Amino acid sequence: MGTLNIIMTGIGGQGIILASDVIAEAAMLQGLDVKKTDSIGMAQRGGSVISHLRLGNIVNSPLIAEGDADILLGMEKLEAARAVIFLKEGGVALVNNYAVSPSYSKDGIKKYPDDNAVSKIIGFRTEKIHFVEGLKAARSLGNMRAMNIYLLGALSNYLPLTSDAWLISLKSRLPEKHLNVNLKAFKQGQKEANCAGIG
Amino acid sequence: MEKRKNPDQVTRLLSGNEAMALGAYHAGVKVATAYPGTPSTEILENIARFQNVYAEWSTNEKVALEVAMGASYTGARALTGMKHVGLNVAADPLMSASITGVKGGFVIVSADDPGMHSSQNEQDSRHYARLAKIPCLEPYDSQSAYNFMIKAFEISEMFDTPVLFRSTTRISHSKSVVLIYSDALNGSTQPGFIRQPEKYVMLPVFARARHPVIEKRIDKIKEYALDCSFNEVIPGNTKTGVISSSIAFQYAREVFLDASFLRLGMTYPLSENLIRKFASGVEKLIVIEELDPFLEEMIRSMGVEVTGKAFIPVTGELAPGVVARLARDHGLEVRYEKEQGELHEVELPARPPSMCPGCPHRGIFFVLARLSKRRKMLTANEKNTTNEPGVIITGDIGCYTLGAYPPLSAMDTCACMGAGIGQALGMEKAGLEDSLIAVIGDSTFMHSGMTSLADAIYNQSKITIIILDNMTTGMTGHQGHPGTGVSASGRQATQVKIEDVVRSMGVNRVEVLDAFDMENLRRAIKSAIDCEELSVLIVRGDCAPVRPRSHASRVVLAESCTRCHNCLKLACSAIHDDDGRVIINSDFCAGDNCGVCEQVCPSGAINIKGRTV
Repeated sequence: MGTLNIIMTGIGGQGIILASDVIAEAAMLQGLDVKKTDSIGMAQRGGSVISHLRLGNIVNSPLIAEGDADILLGMEKLEAARAVIFLKEGGVALVNNYAVSPSYSKDGIKKYPDDNAVSKIIGFRTEKIHFVEGLKAARSLGNMRAMNIYLLGALSNYLPLTSDAWLISLKSRLPEKHLNVNLKAFKQGQKEANCAGIG
Repeated sequence: MEKRKNPDQVTRLLSGNEAMALGAYHAGVKVATAYPGTPSTEILENIARFQNVYAEWSTNEKVALEVAMGASYTGARALTGMKHVGLNVAADPLMSASITGVKGGFVIVSADDPGMHSSQNEQDSRHYARLAKIPCLEPYDSQSAYNFMIKAFEISEMFDTPVLFRSTTRISHSKSVVLIYSDALNGSTQPGFIRQPEKYVMLPVFARARHPVIEKRIDKIKEYALDCSFNEVIPGNTKTGVISSSIAFQYAREVFLDASFLRLGMTYPLSENLIRKFASGVEKLIVIEELDPFLEEMIRSMGVEVTGKAFIPVTGELAPGVVARLARDHGLEVRYEKEQGELHEVELPARPPSMCPGCPHRGIFFVLARLSKRRKMLTANEKNTTNEPGVIITGDIGCYTLGAYPPLSAMDTCACMGAGIGQALGMEKAGLEDSLIAVIGDSTFMHSGMTSLADAIYNQSKITIIILDNMTTGMTGHQGHPGTGVSASGRQATQVKIEDVVRSMGVNRVEVLDAFDMENLRRAIKSAIDCEELSVLIVRGDCAPVRPRSHASRVVLAESCTRCHNCLKLACSAIHDDDGRVIINSDFCAGDNCGVCEQVCPSGAINIKGRTV
């Protein structure tokens, strides 16, 4: 296979790095080459986070060039819009229907973009934009922290990874006491996205 | 690298830092030391999990290097890890470790931060290898980080030299597949120190004799570099030859698809014969390297025609797209020929880094920001008018440096670890009439605040020093330090109490304050800057992410809120402005663990959800 490039973004505390670790581990278990790198800057919580993930037969750079990502998974809407620069023309954008306003910025006059604005910004690169109800799902599962794995489930419809590889990887990367809710979240995300024609 | 034959080889997904740690363990490292610093921290964190290895968080990088140097003198294999600016702190013993040489293999990891993701500069640490006349190894992925680390200990012993192991953020923090050899060496050699003053006592008389020895040593390593396993030629076309190292190699490999490559794993010293041989086989020679033209200048000084920094910047972090665009603009044949579609310029609200909700530093910075003397000073600065003496706040490195950002804007200098105390003292001695406040973290105080505090006491200073004590090394992810009483492996250790240190040094005016009690913070600050005596205020509160989560959240009572937006000036990421209406995000609010916003609200409009008013 050629290289599949995935950008995952959101804010600190959402579990983006864990989610990309799960994909990377699953890809490795399937015998693929994989590289990933995360940018977290100075923020512990609440800052922008972006993870670059590449899988294929041979992967050189862990960083994805601007305009070279096949898939963008935005776990937060503003961050999804910000990261669209990495998406290639006609790539797939999965956007979590979840918005977190920045607390304060010098340019506080700039409004948080509404869904139409987000769609318009991402629309400069692709028409394949899918909003995913990660927040709703996490609330119904009773665990906000399962939101990332629900989204991973939705994303899994696009990835050439077997359910065995996913299962082993999820088991190895997630804490045991939260494993069940996360496995449930993964399957639910996969199924609901599939029903919505995503993938 | 040659692969050891073992039927039990396994593959694992590892970050560069994890791979370095495992490589060191498999090389039989016995003593490992570090001071935490992004992007190097996880090296020691991972080594600390292995059995039969002594791992410590040292008070600073100088001490870390010295501890590892002592271990090496006994024949034990030793590693010390730090970020690039930490190597500046450790530069003094580094130079001495070079001249004495080693007994057990001695590896010094410096993790550079091109792009300054989390640093105050982006120095290229490879220069230290040339300065200290020691070999420099640069891995280019996690596999080579693992392989090179094992080999680094071998060459350290082979040539009687410390080895500089240079990583970068993208090497340390990228993950890739690593083939592990499971035949780890056992680091159980019995330590022994044999007195050799002519090697270990660097009095001038002995040091003079050692200098020619290290000059000969680097010549021998140069010969070794000709066909050592660190460097590799990857044949391609004869038109373009690319010399590269570290992560830049990966970018170059994607951009110059069919070129010939010389990938250097040992970037100091270079073998002139190796470079000449490679250069003679290609029409055009290019060096692709991040930061300084370290390789390029050495190659050019051999009389070999080469280009690189003519189009690759010396500033910032490289990326494959950046290398492709600049190379193409320079007339070179590259991949990514097609221009990507233009993005319409849409202005999005920024999400600047900020202190976590519930951070114990927020309250004190708010108090400092709101001091009337300081506000008057800043207004006068803006209008360019003269003013009464104000309040200057010097600072340094830590999460609390975020206090420099608006709306707090309550830090005026940040140079390096511990610098704020010395700077405030210098401003005082220069005759500045403003009140001077130096802020410093607890881990930073242990790292490099104690010596400058002694200086301030000794030299009759009257400044105010605020030690922001969150009882951990917060920014790098909660490592222990002497003030915490917790060791690198998580065991209980002897606690060095900050207030005891400060008092015993001779400070009379010492107060320990609750970081979440705004009224008391205000009182203490005012009285400290008004008094004509050196004051040390220790502002103590748990680091937010390590506290058990509070399930309560504060809310804004819309009917009481006057929209004064005082709470927004706290720069808490749980509080935001929705068209003038203030909202507290209950998913982020630290609830019972904080309460600073409730205390700064003048109209009593903030309260815990569900609590009766």
